[in-house]
Amino acid sequence: MKKALMKGNEALAEAAIQAGCKFYAGYPITPQNEIPEYMSRRLPPRGGIFIQAESEVAAINMVFGASACGARAMTSSSSPGISLKQEGISFLAGAELPAVIVNMQRGGPGLGNISASQADYFQAVKGGGHGDYRQFVLAPFNLQEMWDLTMLAFDKADEYRNPVMILGDSILGQMMEPFIPSPYVKQALPEKTWALTGCAGRQPNVVKSLFVGEGELEKRNYVLQDKYRRMKAKDVRFETQDVEDSELIVVSFGIAARIATEAVSMLRNIGKKVGHFRPITLFPFPEKQIHDLAERGAKFIVVELNAGQMVEDVRLAVNGRSEVLFYGRPGGSVITPEELYDRLKDEC
Amino acid sequence: MNARDVKVDKVIEKVSSLKKVPLRYCPGCGHTIIHKLIAEVIDELNIRERTIGIAPVGCAVFAYDYFNFDMLEAAHGRPPAAATGMKRMLPDRIIFSYQGDGDLSAIGTGEIIHAANRGENITVFFVNNATYGMTGGQMAPTTLPGQVTTTTHVGREIKTTGFPLRMSEMLATIEGSSLIARTAVDSPDNLVNTKKLIEKALKYQMEDKGFSMIEILSPCPTNWGMTPAKAITWLREEMMHFYKLGVFKDCPPGSQNQQPSGGSRQ
Repeated sequence: MKKALMKGNEALAEAAIQAGCKFYAGYPITPQNEIPEYMSRRLPPRGGIFIQAESEVAAINMVFGASACGARAMTSSSSPGISLKQEGISFLAGAELPAVIVNMQRGGPGLGNISASQADYFQAVKGGGHGDYRQFVLAPFNLQEMWDLTMLAFDKADEYRNPVMILGDSILGQMMEPFIPSPYVKQALPEKTWALTGCAGRQPNVVKSLFVGEGELEKRNYVLQDKYRRMKAKDVRFETQDVEDSELIVVSFGIAARIATEAVSMLRNIGKKVGHFRPITLFPFPEKQIHDLAERGAKFIVVELNAGQMVEDVRLAVNGRSEVLFYGRPGGSVITPEELYDRLKDEC
Repeated sequence: MNARDVKVDKVIEKVSSLKKVPLRYCPGCGHTIIHKLIAEVIDELNIRERTIGIAPVGCAVFAYDYFNFDMLEAAHGRPPAAATGMKRMLPDRIIFSYQGDGDLSAIGTGEIIHAANRGENITVFFVNNATYGMTGGQMAPTTLPGQVTTTTHVGREIKTTGFPLRMSEMLATIEGSSLIARTAVDSPDNLVNTKKLIEKALKYQMEDKGFSMIEILSPCPTNWGMTPAKAITWLREEMMHFYKLGVFKDCPPGSQNQQPSGGSRQ
């Protein structure tokens, strides 16, 4: 298949349309503006709806309404805007509605800056809004994955009736590189019998997240927790590089993994026993795989573009079986492969 | 003559747009009446099977237990945004939101203004009882000057809390809106008028005429600390003095003085 050359944000938007996204609502914020711009041009001619919402809050609630009617729906934003959407994401999770939410992260806290950052890891994988819920979180690290994982995101959202977040960053959204735009293959998914479409020929459907009856909410929560367990059992995704004989394993995701894998290759070239582990699903997290590597005695160093967030999940997975170090830079500062090479060469 | 031989015409029957369950609103609460009026109109227009309602956060959140058609429960203040997503995806369904004054005129001010301005082809029923009912009677943006609530113990002071918002008058200034009216459920005459306006608003949506909002002044005896009878008097003498009944705008696209606009009517 012929390769395509596109900007990350545009590749993501095109993949969403090809995966059957029929509704997009968003609000301008850098560095993800190419997504709403692309959607505004390309979605309506292909039978979808584009709305520039009056706020991030309105955008996620428009997605809530469209999804409740059974449509594949998406919104996108960047860190401060994603904070505003958290109430809506909690309602999506509580009402068990599918939706795809894209966060092209920028530096924070506050207005921060527009450089690449991974400082929203906690917010993405721990819930983010109120209540006991999780999003399914996918972390692409190149444009091939921006394309492939976007298509996967819509399937997983429908399969689990749960919000799915694509956690990218400023660099992934803005960079161009070639990738293979594989066509979307329709998956066998259950019919949306719960959708609000008008009650002709059936009993009325109610989509809600309020459960005030005795024990009702606890029961609902166990339904959600069971769903998260199923995600952990069958949908953990990750990629490894040279971990088999490694004494030191670098763990990183997204754009940090682009930097880290290069540093690891440089170290391998001078004979160091170092490898790389890259979680692709940040929730469900590859805890068992990391634990198994720790049991073998490998030492870990977690590399992130933040002050240390995923490192906590790696420590939980390792559970004291080996050492877990951290190297990162917060505030939108980007690590170079050489800088990381210097940090790692004496650890192995 | 045997009773069985007497021919009786059916003059009234239970509406099919309400579930066969008791409505559990407080005695004298306007929600019960307003639910019934909406249900009657939906039956009469024969649109129950293609109607989707949106319940607010507030007392009327339980509307999804009472209306006998598809219902969504949305976040506080967000029904107009959710309705936008629904109507755009399903343009041939009838979408209405049912919102209280906390929902629509406080936390959801942004959503209602922009849905009206886009001319979304939806219907909004705005129930104004000048207080937050569900949470126990706090001050709403619609609370009257001097009105005692649980957060205005000596009466609402304009100097520190501002003036009551007249949402209908405000939304009537927005070009995208088509039908904006205020009515009340305090008397038989006004019930008839309220029902007529509900019907007109839903018909506008069926005819693709764009955004309509019917504001309904409604008693809340529990939180006003009054008997149902006294609450009706207060609504008439105090609320109506500030919130005049009437049609503030009836100007669907294509009629005189109305520029064609985009939004859902494209």
